[in-house]
Amino acid sequence: MNRQLEIDRVSKRYGDVAALDDTTFEVRAGEIFGLVGSNGAGKTTAMRIVLGVLEADAGAVRWEGRPIGPETRRRIGYMPEERGLYPRMRVAEQLIYLARLHGMTAADARSSVDRWVERLGVAGRREDDVIKLSLGNQQRVQLAAALVHDPQILVLDEPFSGLDPVAVDVMSGVLREQAGAGVPVMFSSHQLDLVQRLCDRVGIVRQGRMVAVGTVDELRNQGEEELIVRAPAAPPGWAAALPGATVVEESAGSTRLALHDGADDQVILHAALETGPVHEFTRARPSLTDLFRHIVSIEDQS
Amino acid sequence: MTRFGTVRLIAGREVSTRLRSKVFRIATVVSILILVGITVAAKLAGGGPSYQDVGITPGAAPLTAALDATATAIHVDLHTHAVADDIGRRQVRDGKLDALLVGTPGSIQVVVKSSLGDDLHSVLQLVAQRAALDRQVTALGGDPAEVATAVSAAAVTVTALEPPKKANGEQLAIGILTSILIYMALVLNGQAVAQGVVEEKTSRVVEILLGAVRPWQLMIGKVVGLGTVGLVQVAAIAFSGLAAAVATGVLRLHSLSTVGAIAWLIVWFLLGYAAYSLAFAAVASLVSRQEEVAAATTPVLMLLVVGYVIGISILPADPGSPLVAALSMIPIFAPTLMPVRLALGVVPAWQAVVSLAGVVVLIPLLLWIAARIYRNAVLRSGARVRLRDAWRAN
Repeated sequence: MNRQLEIDRVSKRYGDVAALDDTTFEVRAGEIFGLVGSNGAGKTTAMRIVLGVLEADAGAVRWEGRPIGPETRRRIGYMPEERGLYPRMRVAEQLIYLARLHGMTAADARSSVDRWVERLGVAGRREDDVIKLSLGNQQRVQLAAALVHDPQILVLDEPFSGLDPVAVDVMSGVLREQAGAGVPVMFSSHQLDLVQRLCDRVGIVRQGRMVAVGTVDELRNQGEEELIVRAPAAPPGWAAALPGATVVEESAGSTRLALHDGADDQVILHAALETGPVHEFTRARPSLTDLFRHIVSIEDQS
Repeated sequence: MTRFGTVRLIAGREVSTRLRSKVFRIATVVSILILVGITVAAKLAGGGPSYQDVGITPGAAPLTAALDATATAIHVDLHTHAVADDIGRRQVRDGKLDALLVGTPGSIQVVVKSSLGDDLHSVLQLVAQRAALDRQVTALGGDPAEVATAVSAAAVTVTALEPPKKANGEQLAIGILTSILIYMALVLNGQAVAQGVVEEKTSRVVEILLGAVRPWQLMIGKVVGLGTVGLVQVAAIAFSGLAAAVATGVLRLHSLSTVGAIAWLIVWFLLGYAAYSLAFAAVASLVSRQEEVAAATTPVLMLLVVGYVIGISILPADPGSPLVAALSMIPIFAPTLMPVRLALGVVPAWQAVVSLAGVVVLIPLLLWIAARIYRNAVLRSGARVRLRDAWRAN
């Protein structure tokens, strides 16, 4: 069964600006897909097109192999980047309303709301107007609004922004649980460490184009290998002229180098030992953050 | 869920939210109080008690019957009281009596506080002339009673070539109240639609909603929901005004024109609201902040204001004004002018039909235009969207 959300060669222009340019990727059932990219790269546009809030100029969005229609779209749980709820409407009443707009019966909506306010820790505030809640609790209600109608697909735009560490854990837990239940989960984020930890696969968007897609390991393996050298006595700039390596980061006795193809790490070790003692000498894969920076900088130069 | 089930759900939320809104409740209560206040003021302005008290001293007592009869004949409402001279004079000074008759039937004298009212003056003048006439008739050997009967039987027959153009006082009052009421109802409810549209943009909830429903469903649901509440509100205000007017005796309940005016008021509120609320929804969808609502809705509001001001400034003095008659058949002014003219009872049937037909044709056209503008503008937050862009954009 082809239970996946496909974004197939989708383009969208705003006047002269291409917000999305021939973008293709898919989110499979049961996986968490992270969409990363600079501001204005096209992440929000992609999500709005999946939701049908925006119309694509070209391309198609499919679910289970068929073009996505209003009935499927109603089964998407959506959290927009700009959070939004009726400020002067009570929490429970509002969630019931949203669940029913997404096609639930009144009775199902009520029991689902009971479940989610309990699960997300806002059961005590269900009779309060949303505006009276703290920002953290408003975020929890917002997540409940995305989940309350028992969605088949989750599309979350920056779900972690503005969350306190406890809420981040709650949110991560909920996303894993949903993916575990077979729901394709797609979210965007600027917190790349979180994306690296949470996502099964990641897509990097730049200027409306998907420049890299794959599992976190696949992407990290694509990047140049790194070498971390801790030599406390080394003078600044000691590694600047080493063959086959570029300094990525240098701070108080610790240096991070990018190893180019065919570089000899033993030459570097010797150079380090010449400066004095070496306490650490580690080969590592770049983090998603570095990889992202790298990809963005390469594209900027081109 | 069907498409209209969705609209009903959206309308239902609007109804319950609006009924819970303090602003709405206060506006409704204040409107009722204003209308009842106007009614009571009209009653008081009609001259406190509308009759005059005349004291009659024992010497002038034989004139009492003639005084009552004359006053009735020329439609002056008098209450006569037999009083002693000195008590009467004191009561005149205190304002309890409007006039005191002293002297004898042969030489009538009137004591007043400062001046004698025109009505009362005419009555007394006639009574005095009549007394003089009676004395002459008696002197000539005739019977004053026979002469009196013959005189009162003489009457003028009036043949009107054109029915009067002037509305009577009751119709005028209903016309003015209708004008104020329909203007207030359209402005209040139209603004509520505009604010509701912008609230959804400001709070960004519109993006979640449009993930589940189509833009037209959201717009129509809001218009229908707020319109339902508005209809109940207008009916409540109109009927409490009517109740107050009947209770104070300003209006007579059985008067067909009153009931007709209220029926027309409700019909025209529905039509006017349908047309204007769509226009309000469309222009409001162009802006994203509550502070901008007033500026965005001003052009629509001006159309309502112009109709209202023309109606309230021209119609009371000149109900048959051809200018107003012409304007009331133009769909954008019809909702504020036609119900007032109908209340004044000056509308030929064909004009009422033209006016109704115009608005009925306009509404689907406005619906199409408003849905298109709303769909294109409602997700664009930030700077105000230009009307032309909202119309063109995909």
